[in-house]
Amino acid sequence: MNRMYQPEIETASREEMKALQTERLINTVKRVYENVPHYRKKMEEKGVTPEDIKTVDDLYKLPFNYKQDLRDTYPYGMFAVPMKDVVRLHASSGTTGKQIVVGYTEKDMDIWADCCARALTAAGCTDEDMVHVSYGYGLFTGGLGADGGALKLGATAIPVSSGNTQRQVTILKDFGSTILCCTPSYALHIAETMQSLGVTKDDIKLKAGVFGAEPWTNEMRHQIEDMLGIKAFDIYGLTEIIGPGVGFECEEQTGMHINEDHFIVEVIDPDTGEVLPEGTQGELVFSCITKEAFPILRYRTRDIGVITREKCSCGRTLVKMTKPRGRTDDMLIIRGVNVFPSQIETVLIEKGYTANYQIVVDRANNFDSIEVRVELSPENFRDTVKGLDKMAKELSEGLKVILGINAKVVLMEPNSIPRSEGKAVRVIDKRKLLD
Amino acid sequence: MVRQLSVFIQNKSGKIASVTRTLYQNGIDIRALSVADTADFGILRMLVSDVEKARTALANENCIVSVNEVDVVAVPDRPGGTAEVLQILADANIDIEYMYSLIDRGTSDAYMVFRLSDEANTNNVLEELGLKTVPGKMLGLN
Repeated sequence: MNRMYQPEIETASREEMKALQTERLINTVKRVYENVPHYRKKMEEKGVTPEDIKTVDDLYKLPFNYKQDLRDTYPYGMFAVPMKDVVRLHASSGTTGKQIVVGYTEKDMDIWADCCARALTAAGCTDEDMVHVSYGYGLFTGGLGADGGALKLGATAIPVSSGNTQRQVTILKDFGSTILCCTPSYALHIAETMQSLGVTKDDIKLKAGVFGAEPWTNEMRHQIEDMLGIKAFDIYGLTEIIGPGVGFECEEQTGMHINEDHFIVEVIDPDTGEVLPEGTQGELVFSCITKEAFPILRYRTRDIGVITREKCSCGRTLVKMTKPRGRTDDMLIIRGVNVFPSQIETVLIEKGYTANYQIVVDRANNFDSIEVRVELSPENFRDTVKGLDKMAKELSEGLKVILGINAKVVLMEPNSIPRSEGKAVRVIDKRKLLD
Repeated sequence: MVRQLSVFIQNKSGKIASVTRTLYQNGIDIRALSVADTADFGILRMLVSDVEKARTALANENCIVSVNEVDVVAVPDRPGGTAEVLQILADANIDIEYMYSLIDRGTSDAYMVFRLSDEANTNNVLEELGLKTVPGKMLGLN
């Protein structure tokens, strides 16, 4: 049982897991029905009572919860314990609308730390490691979430937070950080900054990175691994569920294990709300079955993925989900075609570009246009107009194959696309400004 | 052949000024310059007094730079001088990727900088046609 923090849970049999989930779900449903008017009202509207939930298989009977429910009950309308029991608040950034706020009891904090400790352990972290956390510390769950996991493991947490990238490099080098936690786009930015400062991967001790909070591709993973000389692991989470640690990758990297003793996952048809069979792609829906303060049930994540319960070669039996291709919120609809930024990223990296890109969508005369701005590197610079036009054209053709629509490619100078210290801003949708 | 410096120029105001300022701050003389422009980007091509120093200085400023080999041909400085040279290339079916001119004070020749098509861009093609190529040293290029 190497690389497992709680092997008895992580390798539990399907029957054991179902029994555990059933017991926990029944308790949670009862609790929210009794204590939170929001859940009681929703359940009454759907004609469901806590007695209808006899096993985990009855989960589908419960009503969904959406981000809008969190907004409607803002700030504390979905909390299931008195505020005096809440020891921590976190909030989402509010980039896609009004911010939302979630709370944790002392026990919730402990569960969260366990979940992150499992993720770190799977990435090879032990109590001897130095965990460099470059997620923002604050209301955002990334920084303090990863920090809690590192503390729980007994590793050394280095709470660098995000920003001041040159200092990040100095700390990596001087403090001997061995595990890096941040968004994948920030990891890439740190790697670039290292290069520009003349610091090589041999000058640092990093061995692994645990990256999340935004969708990223395997191509970007390889780029980061290459530049930093590490193995890069994905971690999945949402503020609404708990933050980072809802799911994590093991060394097999064939999907993310979900900490399903705490969070039950379902895949549904986003249009009909029907639960889809294992192996079918759909929207991921999570239910918290152990959390006390904010036990959201059947939360519609808008993340698209597939789940499998096949036992993983790592030994874990925890259900696995595919790396989400992106949230439906991130999906662009261009001339009626669904486009995910991650699809564009895949093509760019395949064609030898960096993951520094920006997508600009606009609309003129009722016709959507998409422009992909990507930075040139000295290696792929051609000194003739013909050569550069050919590069742009090849890229545009590559995008057409994947996306099915024509995208204009604009080659940019290095560092001309703004770097992010947290979640990267990939899309500028000018159409929204016109509404 | 002569080593030429090419710089990728994104379409934004002040970019060429910033490149030339960097060269100036590093004490580099520009002997010839041309700009290829398209709707989306440009390529600034230059013959400079110290190509390696220029390359390093610009790369440090995050410019995309490459060094390429071009031919400099002496052209009689009189009406018809350029036409004669180009006719020779046309007769030999040699394609030109791009070209620009260079003036050197105190000689009776003008100079044309040629980047020939990839197939023709070798050391002695022009010499074999009887054209007079000029080494970088003669033009004060390093």
